[in-house]
Amino acid sequence: MEAASDTLKMIINKICEPEPFFILMVLWCFASVIWADKWVKPKIAFTMMGAFFLLYLFSLTDSNFYSIATKGDNIPIIAMLFMSVYFTWLGFWRGVENDKRKAEGRPMIEEEGKEVKVLVWPHLIYIEFIVGIFCTALLVVWSIVIMAPLEEPASSAATPNPSKAPWYFLGLQEMLVYFDPWMAGVVAPSLIIVGLMAIPYLDKNPKGNGYYTIKERWFAISFFNFGYLVLWMALIFLGTVMRGPNWNFFGPFDYWDVHKQPVLNNLNLSELFFIKTLDMGLPEHWLKREALGIALTVIYLFVLPVLFDKVPFFKIGEFFKKMRIEMGAVRYYTFIFLFLTMMSLPIKMVLRWTVNLKYVVAIPEYFFNI
Amino acid sequence: MAFRVFRSINKAALSGEVTRRSFVNWLGLGWLMFTAAMGACTAAMGRFMMPNVLFEPPMAFKAGFPDEYQEGKVDIRWKAKYGVWVVREKGGFYALSTVCTHLGCTPNWLSADSKFKCPCHGSGFYITGIHFEGPAPRPLERYKISLADDGQILVDKSKIFQQEKGQWEDAEAYLPMSA
Repeated sequence: MEAASDTLKMIINKICEPEPFFILMVLWCFASVIWADKWVKPKIAFTMMGAFFLLYLFSLTDSNFYSIATKGDNIPIIAMLFMSVYFTWLGFWRGVENDKRKAEGRPMIEEEGKEVKVLVWPHLIYIEFIVGIFCTALLVVWSIVIMAPLEEPASSAATPNPSKAPWYFLGLQEMLVYFDPWMAGVVAPSLIIVGLMAIPYLDKNPKGNGYYTIKERWFAISFFNFGYLVLWMALIFLGTVMRGPNWNFFGPFDYWDVHKQPVLNNLNLSELFFIKTLDMGLPEHWLKREALGIALTVIYLFVLPVLFDKVPFFKIGEFFKKMRIEMGAVRYYTFIFLFLTMMSLPIKMVLRWTVNLKYVVAIPEYFFNI
Repeated sequence: MAFRVFRSINKAALSGEVTRRSFVNWLGLGWLMFTAAMGACTAAMGRFMMPNVLFEPPMAFKAGFPDEYQEGKVDIRWKAKYGVWVVREKGGFYALSTVCTHLGCTPNWLSADSKFKCPCHGSGFYITGIHFEGPAPRPLERYKISLADDGQILVDKSKIFQQEKGQWEDAEAYLPMSA
């Protein structure tokens, strides 16, 4: 029994190393859409959710995980994990159901009972009132039972180790590990907000308005799931459970050893290129030194968008071409730009984990690093 | 002009009748008062930016005598109060800022691993202040360091030396003294 649980913990620790964890999350993103009609069946979905819950209960028997999971700050994160799983399933289930109904020519779920008129008062207000009372009661109980995780008075000489942002910002904090603070702290968050606000203006496709569907909007759904569930939710989980002292990676069941010191000699692209590959010194002038990085960035942001609709295999080119014609050039290229900016985060993460790349372009002389 | 405005306001107040002109004048006066009040509030706020007393440690401080330091060790005595690490190496002394160049947290000196490590995003620095781990884009800053008249080490935080600008070569950034 003991041995079996240790093996399981070891396996989970291995899965939760950044690379496999991230690969699994990306695979899930595609698999959940491709095999939507299989896994959303309530029997299968609830078995999986039950297994997930049992795994959580099992994890609580581990003292290291227990101390993370029961910290006042982290309880909402655990609740959030279960809620995102449930609501993701709910959306998928309704989408699959609607797709099936559409194929059979039956009305959508949302169209059922449309002829019955229900008044806001008392039907809606009443429900909202009851929910409001329950939420208030829950918050009162919560604030009494769960202590605020207060620490000693702040001191400029002693930064808590690890020093974690509020839980909803852990995704941003993870981003700060890979990018310059100016990029990860100002440019990227602004682009996230602007990008989310731009969605209704970029997306003219009327399909999916007012009803759930998977088949008609599979690209938008997997794209959104990647941005939200992987790049936001999963990063919050990663920041909570897998980041320990000195901001090193730890498995969920690892002891948080302050003296764990993995070798992380990060190198800039210029150093990788000139010193490691060409075996010569760095050029004096920054423009010469960073030319390769600047060229790659320019290609990524300005040449790649033009190539998307020319990919010759798997009908990818055709797909993007159709999209460009339907959306119009301005909308399409804005979308591609936002898409590429979003993808720069996972690309940079993987490069950091695999080849210890620090910055593609590093010009500390002018406080410009990407 | 001002006289005429006041005369018309006065006239309206005495007679009790409100003409278009007096209404506009009253309105103008009201807005003027409002603006003045807001301006005064802003000025009062601005006044808070210059406090009468500053409870901050001075920018320059004496960091003890050179023979108190051990070669190859980072002295963390001045970290809490002044935010400075004084390092003694074979050829002399230098003073490092305790502010991480990534986002401004305070790193810890890990003597067993001979590095400064930031707990916020994992930036790491060698004992010299050169960055080698994590996202920090540039080395820790150094402060002006010299000998005071009484033979103590004098660190002046008002003068900063940045390695990436080649300022560490400056004579004031380093206090040469053989061990």
